Amino acid sequence: MKTDQIGKERNRVDGKAKVTGEAKYAAEFDAEKLAYGVVVSSGIAKGKIKRIDTSKALALDGVLQVFTHENRPGYMWLDKNYKDDDAPPGSPFRPLYDSEVQFSMQPIALVVAETFELARYAAMLVEVEYEEAEHDTDFESNLEQAYEPKEYKATEPPKPRGDVDQALAEASARIEETYTHPAEHHNPMEMHASTAVWEGDGKLTVYDKIQGVQNSQQYIASAFGMSKDEVRVISPFVGGAFGSGLRPQYQLFLAVLAARELQRSVRVVMTRQQMFSFGHRPKTLQRFKLGADTGGKLQALQQEVYGETSKFEDYSEDVVLWPGVLYPCDNTKLTHKLVALDVYTPLDMRAPGGTTGIYALECAIDELAYKAGIDPLEFRKKNYSEKDQNEDKPFSSKELRECYRQGADKFGWAKRRMEPRSMKEGHQLIGWGFAQGAWEANQAEASAKAVLSKEGKLTVSSATADIGTGTYTVMTQIAAEALGLPLEDVTFKLGDSDLPKAPLEGGSKTVATVGSAVKKACEQVQEKLLKLAQQQPDSPLAEAKLEEVDFSEGKISLKRDASKSVQLQDLLEQSDNGSLEGEVSTKPSDESKEYARYAHSAVFAEVKVDEDLGTVKVTRLVTAVAGGRIVNPKTARSQILGGMVWGMGVALHEHTVMDNNLGRFINHDLDKYHVPVNADVQEMEVIFVEEKDEVVNPLGVKGLGEIGVVGVAPAIANAIFHATGKRVRELPITMDKLL
Amino acid sequence: MRPFTYTRATDVNSAVQEITRHEKAKFVAGGTNLLDLMKIDVMAPQHLVDITRIALKTIEETADGGLRLGALVTNNDTAYHEQVEKRYPLLSHAILAGATGQLRNMATDGGNLLQRTRCYYFYDTQTPCNKREPGSGCSAIKGYNRDLAILGTSEHCIATHPSDMCVALAALEASINVTGPNGDRVIPIADFHRLPGDTPHIDTNLQEDEIITSIDLPAKGFAEHYTYLKLRDRASYAFAIISVAAALDMDGDTIKEARIALGGVAHKPWRKPAAEAMLQGQQATRENFQKVAEAYLEGAKGYGDNDFKIELAKRAIVRALEQAFNKEGAA
Repeated sequence: MKTDQIGKERNRVDGKAKVTGEAKYAAEFDAEKLAYGVVVSSGIAKGKIKRIDTSKALALDGVLQVFTHENRPGYMWLDKNYKDDDAPPGSPFRPLYDSEVQFSMQPIALVVAETFELARYAAMLVEVEYEEAEHDTDFESNLEQAYEPKEYKATEPPKPRGDVDQALAEASARIEETYTHPAEHHNPMEMHASTAVWEGDGKLTVYDKIQGVQNSQQYIASAFGMSKDEVRVISPFVGGAFGSGLRPQYQLFLAVLAARELQRSVRVVMTRQQMFSFGHRPKTLQRFKLGADTGGKLQALQQEVYGETSKFEDYSEDVVLWPGVLYPCDNTKLTHKLVALDVYTPLDMRAPGGTTGIYALECAIDELAYKAGIDPLEFRKKNYSEKDQNEDKPFSSKELRECYRQGADKFGWAKRRMEPRSMKEGHQLIGWGFAQGAWEANQAEASAKAVLSKEGKLTVSSATADIGTGTYTVMTQIAAEALGLPLEDVTFKLGDSDLPKAPLEGGSKTVATVGSAVKKACEQVQEKLLKLAQQQPDSPLAEAKLEEVDFSEGKISLKRDASKSVQLQDLLEQSDNGSLEGEVSTKPSDESKEYARYAHSAVFAEVKVDEDLGTVKVTRLVTAVAGGRIVNPKTARSQILGGMVWGMGVALHEHTVMDNNLGRFINHDLDKYHVPVNADVQEMEVIFVEEKDEVVNPLGVKGLGEIGVVGVAPAIANAIFHATGKRVRELPITMDKLL
Repeated sequence: MRPFTYTRATDVNSAVQEITRHEKAKFVAGGTNLLDLMKIDVMAPQHLVDITRIALKTIEETADGGLRLGALVTNNDTAYHEQVEKRYPLLSHAILAGATGQLRNMATDGGNLLQRTRCYYFYDTQTPCNKREPGSGCSAIKGYNRDLAILGTSEHCIATHPSDMCVALAALEASINVTGPNGDRVIPIADFHRLPGDTPHIDTNLQEDEIITSIDLPAKGFAEHYTYLKLRDRASYAFAIISVAAALDMDGDTIKEARIALGGVAHKPWRKPAAEAMLQGQQATRENFQKVAEAYLEGAKGYGDNDFKIELAKRAIVRALEQAFNKEGAA
């Protein structure tokens, strides 16, 4: 297929704005008479606020108000008023609602002052006396109280199939192991922030850090009993989110509350420490029982999952989805129970459930391969799934075998020796590990609008977000491709609640979802252009149908005879309508629902582990991805590289530590909460294998935001085993666990 | 951050006068640690004396053949100084193992000596911490202590001193020149930092009204057989779980003198000259290194999460001495 834009490497259209500082983030929008809010966080995990004394703060010249549960205005109180598009079942947290403390670092007051420095100082002067209650934050000691939620936020665990116990008893190779994944926090570079601009007459424009402006708009309207016309939410740039911006966070609520009460504009920015006060990837424990027959075929698979949640919402994620997608097995039993603790509700974090579930699954499979004496990659080939057993549907496309082949070639897997501790270089034990991954390739409903001006400039819009993933760029490419325009003549607008409706940017579905709407909106413009062309006297395209013409290089031309063409510019100049518009809503086709839709990956890792000191270096990573059609190989590669670095963090670094004496996450800054740094990252290779998919969505694309993450941690963990002969089943794998 | 007043000192004498004149005053140079701590209300000086304009920014030869590092020379300028690289590569490597390029461009040598601990609880004003708030208790002893001390601890505090530079200074037996209202004095690096005892809020023996003017390195730099081995959870911008500054003076295969200093294990860089002396006149063998390592960790005490550091420290000492012997520098 001929393309001008799709499939071509393109620089980010917003790159220059970002590196020059021209791109503005939520905390950077100014307003007249802007006031600054600083949040006071609770020091205890559970109990009541007995007394909160704000007099010293209020006594400072320039402090405008201190909002607490005692003086907050009466506002909406029902759970449903606080629900948002990503809320799990339960009762959402309501900031400053009453004297109850439900988790450590809960926001308990907002100090608003004329300057940020003053507000921060005044916040130090707020005195709080608590009536402490015994908190429950110890995950392990609460496993026995785990329960199956009435309603799963994510997919319900698939029904059991066959007889696992019997199949295990008959298996010739079996393993039974427990894997734990710690709590992690998203820690995007940009802290959560909202600037609520008071427009008068009760109206607000809010600049918010969010992965979907219409979610914030809906939330504010509902929580404050406002109409949607009274609140507009804008978020042109997001400095990373990774899921932390799926739900409106408390800084938004507090900024709006203060702006309404003070009738002036207010900005609230969280501190880095407060970034640990809401939503995290839940601590998760998984017990696996696997059995294979003498031929190395998987016969039994049991996965028993325990995931952390809060006491007020039942958060769950797709941890048990992956065996049914990745491995054919007739005897399976998958359960997912929740452990409710006195913490804030966990929150989707990059590849929620997949990062956790695929890590443990792929380590367990590696262990079973070793038990069966089969090369780990060979074992996957023997147990290759041709359909999704969870839903009993064929895959819309699946080029995972090609990922195996190209990845293994690039990595040199064939030279691997099976035996652990068989490769060494000085003090360094060398290990090679493999894991595979999958992630959903979903499409949701979305709307988009395309407007082609008389001057030939195309503006396309949709209320989606660009959280650093490249949405601006790929949407611009898709639109430019449709109308055969250069990128410079196309502008894509997003992050404004006034724009056509779009869902949250999450779940690796934005290109499929919004991209399909953009394509279709541009197709409406194509139709109008063709009609105009045909209205011309002696039109060379008089009889042509839309599918018989190309829009390319500023022309409409006949596919079968390119000499017959019309210049777009001529058409626009002659048209007396001014601009041409298309506005559409799109949703997944019925046909696509007949198929299981997933992107796949194969990950190869090399590690060097110091035999005495237990230090780990990831010296090589190769990821081969089957991700449908690649719109922009450059931004796509960046997505996968970012995912791979993230996966290194999962394997080796990230861990939010709960101090159970205090009921508090204790390593709450970027000095003590580790993510990989440049010096940790060595050789990394990304391969996109060709994958044609005419069913998955009109563009044939699959999201890439999460597939780059899921297989990396298990590949590294398996490589560490291969290097050392030691299975560490508790992430992150730090030197103390390898001594 | 609480309000504070600010003045600028132009020379050492006026700096001392300023610090004496003001209540609860602190010097500020690079500010890479102090300002962070002020923002989160862990430190709240009422007055800051800015010393960045004082002429303490040179590195010069001393009369006895050593090198004098001005207190306001930045960490990066020190690490990349030709004489330091050539004659004291151990110090250069140790400095470069710390923090990040950006921080080292701001941080000064004098300030590096005065870094506060990185214990989680010290940084969180909502938790008890004897170092931050004497008498409030230690959250770390029964809490999360994976990174914390195993030597020289007390029932009041198990914090560690975080510097890499100071570990090398301890091995090199540097001395610290200070000036106070009563004139100048010299503090050997071994006496500069304190153990926590029952006063964990006092980190050093520097008096509140004294200013560090320079650091003297003795002539002997161990430029041939040295290593700075830093074990940490990621490759950069992470404090040491264990670090070892090792230096050997060799006569063929026989050790004339050995120096070993440990970081990440105690409230100060940890040296044990009696154990070092065990290597004097001995062969540079793994067995001999293991004996010293055992001796160094005698009396070490773990608190649960950090138990592994005792064994790890021993292995690190052996590895560091092997590397020093094999001229492997900072491997």
